Amino acid sequence: MNLKQKKMLIRIIIASLLLIGFHFVPMHGVIRFSAYMIPYIIIGYDIIRKAYRGIINCRPFDESLLMAVATLGAVALALYQESHGLAGDYVEAIAVMLFYQTGEFFQNIAVAKSRKNISELMDIRPDWANIEVNGEIKKVNPNEVKVGDIIIVSAGEKVPLDGIVVEGTSSLNTSALTGESIPRSVSVDDEIISGSINLSGLLKVKVVKTFGESTVSRILELVENAGSKKSKSENFISKFARVYTPFVVYSAMALAILPPLAEIVFLNMPAEWNVWIYRALTFLVISCPCALVVSIPLSFFAGLGGASKAGILIKGSNYLETLSKVKTVVFDKTGTLTKGIFEVNAVHHNRIEEEKLIEYTALAESASSHPIALSLRKAYDKKIDMTRVKDIQEISGNGIVAKIDGMEVIAGNGKIMRKFGIEPIECHSAGTIIHVAIDKNYMGHIVISDVIKPESESTIKSLKKIGIKNIIMLTGDLKKSAQFVAEKLKIDKYYCELLPDEKLEKVEELIDGKNILAFVGDGINDAPVLTRADIGIAMGAMGSDAAIEAADVVLMDDNPLKITSAIKISQKCLRIVKQNIWFALGVKFICLILGAVGIVNMWLAVFADVGVMIICIMNAFRALFVKQCYKY
Amino acid sequence: MKQSYKIEVDCANCANLMEEAAKNTIGVKDAVVNFMAQKMDVEFNDGVDCREIMRQVLKNCKKVEEDCEIYIL
Repeated sequence: MNLKQKKMLIRIIIASLLLIGFHFVPMHGVIRFSAYMIPYIIIGYDIIRKAYRGIINCRPFDESLLMAVATLGAVALALYQESHGLAGDYVEAIAVMLFYQTGEFFQNIAVAKSRKNISELMDIRPDWANIEVNGEIKKVNPNEVKVGDIIIVSAGEKVPLDGIVVEGTSSLNTSALTGESIPRSVSVDDEIISGSINLSGLLKVKVVKTFGESTVSRILELVENAGSKKSKSENFISKFARVYTPFVVYSAMALAILPPLAEIVFLNMPAEWNVWIYRALTFLVISCPCALVVSIPLSFFAGLGGASKAGILIKGSNYLETLSKVKTVVFDKTGTLTKGIFEVNAVHHNRIEEEKLIEYTALAESASSHPIALSLRKAYDKKIDMTRVKDIQEISGNGIVAKIDGMEVIAGNGKIMRKFGIEPIECHSAGTIIHVAIDKNYMGHIVISDVIKPESESTIKSLKKIGIKNIIMLTGDLKKSAQFVAEKLKIDKYYCELLPDEKLEKVEELIDGKNILAFVGDGINDAPVLTRADIGIAMGAMGSDAAIEAADVVLMDDNPLKITSAIKISQKCLRIVKQNIWFALGVKFICLILGAVGIVNMWLAVFADVGVMIICIMNAFRALFVKQCYKY
Repeated sequence: MKQSYKIEVDCANCANLMEEAAKNTIGVKDAVVNFMAQKMDVEFNDGVDCREIMRQVLKNCKKVEEDCEIYIL
């Protein structure tokens, strides 16, 4: 609690105590009036002052003014009764003011607290960096560290800048960034990103990016800017608030004047001015749109906070809102559903041991930097002894001929085999097939293909379950491998052999204006498509600036299940927003009607106002709690 | 030109009013108040003195909500 809030609490307590105390003291007339005005002034002086300033500045529909008019009106009615020899009810005015202030007080605390919680959650900003200067460790501001400096990160510290490990091994907790709770182990030459927490060993890290460009700064920038993009619901509420209050005020005036006039003119009865004025004052109490105005932005803020806790950065409330309505999800296959890394998947029809076959092929491909060659070398997993390889001949696009340990090794596609008079055995698997022959004898073939991520299948299943109507896959790959992936993952529709610009055309074709379309890409080459789709989702995009720039939703790691999580979070948040809108409006509307016919008195009206607000705030807070989707 | 300012405001409705007040200040192209982050992003018209305009923005905001504060750097 800050000073302001403490002061408020003291005022609330004193006013309540006085009110209870006066109840037991017999007082009459002017003394009674003056006595009751003490707690009224204590609890309401700032409202009255604000109301006065509102009038001076020509802003009639200020909520302070409404409260001031309502309560002063109630006091006036009490005085009127007093003048007719009845005991006036001053308690009501004070109680209304007291309830109102208590509500404001709770709202203040709840909002401040949730803001603090959510901000803390997102606070991954490192406070310092340890750099080594002439063998001594110096604590400096991360801003001062230059690219190429060596920083030291000890156990328990945040990694302040992006870099490459040059010494030491450790495990890193990246949960603040990715939502992934399993620590990542790192050793020399591994890249590490700022914002993760070093859990065990001492690391020496060579800085590769300045603080301004490092992951942590970029994420913070995203998160901080997120709240400034307002959703349709938020805009609706602020517009609504502008209309609602004047509407209720005019209705209140009408309620005070018209029925008594009607009584005089049409019914020939004495006008019950005091009854109708009281009802009009009750109207004014209900006219504050606080519950809506506070709880809707709070729900979105909590939703964005909850998402970023799960490693999902959503760039604004408007995107959160759109995301919740997604009906079509389009995947760019490579890097989202598949790993985008080529791996040796199988060895078929081999006449020698698998390892031997891979060894010879890896040696033959040792000079190449093609992704296929890299995956072969990775599968071989031993140091390549270049002295064993001689006379490497690359037959462009088809394969390689080389002398290994004195034997002639041919590795490549079917064409090169036939060229050397060898009949290859065709393969039925999807992927790239490397046939291998040694000394003109066919030795078998190696299947290299992009690997489907283990979570992909459950991702598709879970997306269908949460109401995504169309799931479509786009790929530049050949039909055979596209079909293989689509069938395996049970994807309804796929388009293959697309060039990057054709992907954009395809997405444009698929956007039909009815179903909101989300495009999921890995951020490489697909920035234009990310921008064009209704919602662009970039995966594991921490490395690609263009993708972060272009996407509306950034998933911090490359687990496709995060897409389901993101959509679920947005749906939950929007559900809460809708609940709050309907609940708050519903209660207000009912109170207005009951107030007009005189069933609800001012006590109940203020209670409804404050109670609804507190319930809405608590409901909004639920958006923060996010269940992660790991499995289905 | 765009600038971001830290603000202090207690109620969400007042934040909306502040946004409105800031938008209507001469020299301000657009303004967004982020109540949750207690931040005001102001886009100025070209070639104006931001400091001077912000002083005016603060004055206008004080008119609609006495308790608000904008921290002009």
